[in-house]
Amino acid sequence: MHDYTYDGSFDGLLTVLLEMYERKTPPNSIQPADAAQGGLFTATVPIATSEEKAARVWQGLLKYMDKEARTRLYHVFLSERADREIIICRYVQLAVEAKGRVDISENYTNDSVRLVADIDKQMFREKHRMEAFVRFEKTQDELFHATIEPDFDVLPLIAPHFTKRYADQRWLIFDRRRGYGLYYDLHRTDIVQFEEKAPQRSTDMSATVLDEREPLFRLLWQTYFDHANIPERRNMKLHRRHIPLRYWRYLSEKQPRETRFQPIKNKTLTKDSSQLQ
Amino acid sequence: MNERIQEKLSILADAAKYDVSCSSSGGKRKNENKGLGNAEGMGICHSYTEDGRCVSLLKILLTNYCIFDCAYCVSRRSNDVKRAAFTVDEVVDLTMNFYRRNYIEGLFLSSGIFKDSDYTMERLVRIVKKLRTEHKFNGYIHVKTIPGASPELIAEAGLYADRLSVNIELPSELSLQNLAPEKNYKEILTPMKQIHQGIVQNKEEKALFKKVPAFAAAGQSTQLIVGASDENDHQILQLSDSLYKGYGLKRVYYSGYVPVTDDARLPQLTRPPVIREHRLYQSDWLIRFYGFQADEILDPQHPHLDLEIDPKLAWALRNRHVFPVDVQTADYEMILRVPGVGARSAKRIVAARRFAPLTLDHLHKFGVVLKRAKFFLTCRGQALDSREYDEQSLRRQILFGSGAVRSALVTQQLDLFAQAS
Ligand code: SF4
Repeated sequence: MHDYTYDGSFDGLLTVLLEMYERKTPPNSIQPADAAQGGLFTATVPIATSEEKAARVWQGLLKYMDKEARTRLYHVFLSERADREIIICRYVQLAVEAKGRVDISENYTNDSVRLVADIDKQMFREKHRMEAFVRFEKTQDELFHATIEPDFDVLPLIAPHFTKRYADQRWLIFDRRRGYGLYYDLHRTDIVQFEEKAPQRSTDMSATVLDEREPLFRLLWQTYFDHANIPERRNMKLHRRHIPLRYWRYLSEKQPRETRFQPIKNKTLTKDSSQLQ
Repeated sequence: MNERIQEKLSILADAAKYDVSCSSSGGKRKNENKGLGNAEGMGICHSYTEDGRCVSLLKILLTNYCIFDCAYCVSRRSNDVKRAAFTVDEVVDLTMNFYRRNYIEGLFLSSGIFKDSDYTMERLVRIVKKLRTEHKFNGYIHVKTIPGASPELIAEAGLYADRLSVNIELPSELSLQNLAPEKNYKEILTPMKQIHQGIVQNKEEKALFKKVPAFAAAGQSTQLIVGASDENDHQILQLSDSLYKGYGLKRVYYSGYVPVTDDARLPQLTRPPVIREHRLYQSDWLIRFYGFQADEILDPQHPHLDLEIDPKLAWALRNRHVFPVDVQTADYEMILRVPGVGARSAKRIVAARRFAPLTLDHLHKFGVVLKRAKFFLTCRGQALDSREYDEQSLRRQILFGSGAVRSALVTQQLDLFAQAS
């Protein structure tokens, strides 16, 4: 048994998998080098990332599983769970043992298989949430800018959606927690890193940088949000289950209003209708 | 100018909010022209209002002026409400700018009848045409057709819209006569039929020639108001069922009547029938995705949905003779009918049992709600709860026994009842 360490990249992890089979030594643990805690009785083996080996492993996995299962393993990696490496490794071991003759991906009686399926589902939900909750703000130089802080590292997963959808505008989605972003320049989408921790939360951008109509559309969106609501049906429990509090910060409709909400008087009830609230 | 547009938006969003349809799914529109947006596959709820409903589309009326006087409607002619009307360009500008900011999946456009039906419908068509052709907008568009609009205009709308709807609103002709005397079933069903035929024909043509432009690719839907008239749940489900089967509808929406007037023809409710509406949606879901027949859920002897328990559990309690079923051998369809087993856990059960005999612990880990399911399942022939219950005590056991689960909706309603009493 070894304690493997690697550079924390997905390619790095794939390299570890190859080394582990070549050395015929299963892991006691696999950890990013900067987080690693050496075992007392096991040797720590640092593995240098090799793109070439990683590519071979990535391709080779298809001998033991289909593309969907392979993608799920990548999603587990993006979940940033502390035990993600071991979960992925166990799944691969299981698939290799089955020699590709049995498709293990649906063997939910196995804890590793079920865990991978469950994490994959969580990742899908977070991806879907980010596709919903991104709020762009337009700047003077026609860039549509948004900041998010997803629970998991989902930027790579939402890139195709936004690229397809917003093909005719430049946009930038910045993951503030992880300090990197996606930038689309009308031709392609790239991952961009930022020197300092800037830019901050999009709504913090000084008003002079924003397009002059930006405050108007924010106001109109808030207006729409308030008036689409039916007060007689108010159900904040349900509301918060759909939009958990931690997401509110970057949602323009959940920011304070500049003027008080004025309901439309659309009822002609002679009785006191306030009892309905 | 800004204040004016804000006021219009308040009025025209407020007037549109009782139309509960918000789906943006089922579209097939890709962004192939380097334009803005796409409407493929499953829709997205971009936000949720404080009543817990999905905000997916910019749902507005073009105008809330109306020449009709439907009793249940806030825009009815006789109602003393502020009126407003958007211009074509205002709607286009709002839609484009909301979409660019990722606020919405698209537009849900409807209108009160201004001057006459065709005059109004023609403007709706002008808006969607402009969005599609001048602005290369590929986001989702749902157009609610105007009662009495000409077939030509409806056909044209279908070229630009992903979904068309004709609202029935009242679940029987009699109620319609009573509450919306200017409408009748024939005028509602004729355009429905036209749209249905248009969609079927378009599918056939598409199979032959790839290049045929789509016609309402996300299908058509309608809405029924629940609790404004006397129809019982059985009648309502029968009607929906016939609409799904006879008109190929994608969705029937149920809108719990929100009291908007003290007109004597309408019931005086203190609050909208939210749970009843919820139970209707659950039943509708069972029919569309769980293989239930409408008359299995309700029949003339049982015309009302049970408000305390969901329709699947109600069915299971009435049909104790088909249970328990064994997790190891029962068909997927039957496992899906077990209370406490959802579609995901049912799929996991039938997939996983090929590998090993399933235990109670497995079921729990698959997400099965054992508090319910244990009365209806066996594991390798072994009953999970071997005590004998009659229907009533079983019902009590599930509702009030330890670990009973209720949806947020029902909990809130029960809280409200508790406060009121
Ligand atoms: S026609 Fe439509 S908008 Fe006009 S009163 Fe009837 S339901 Fe309301």
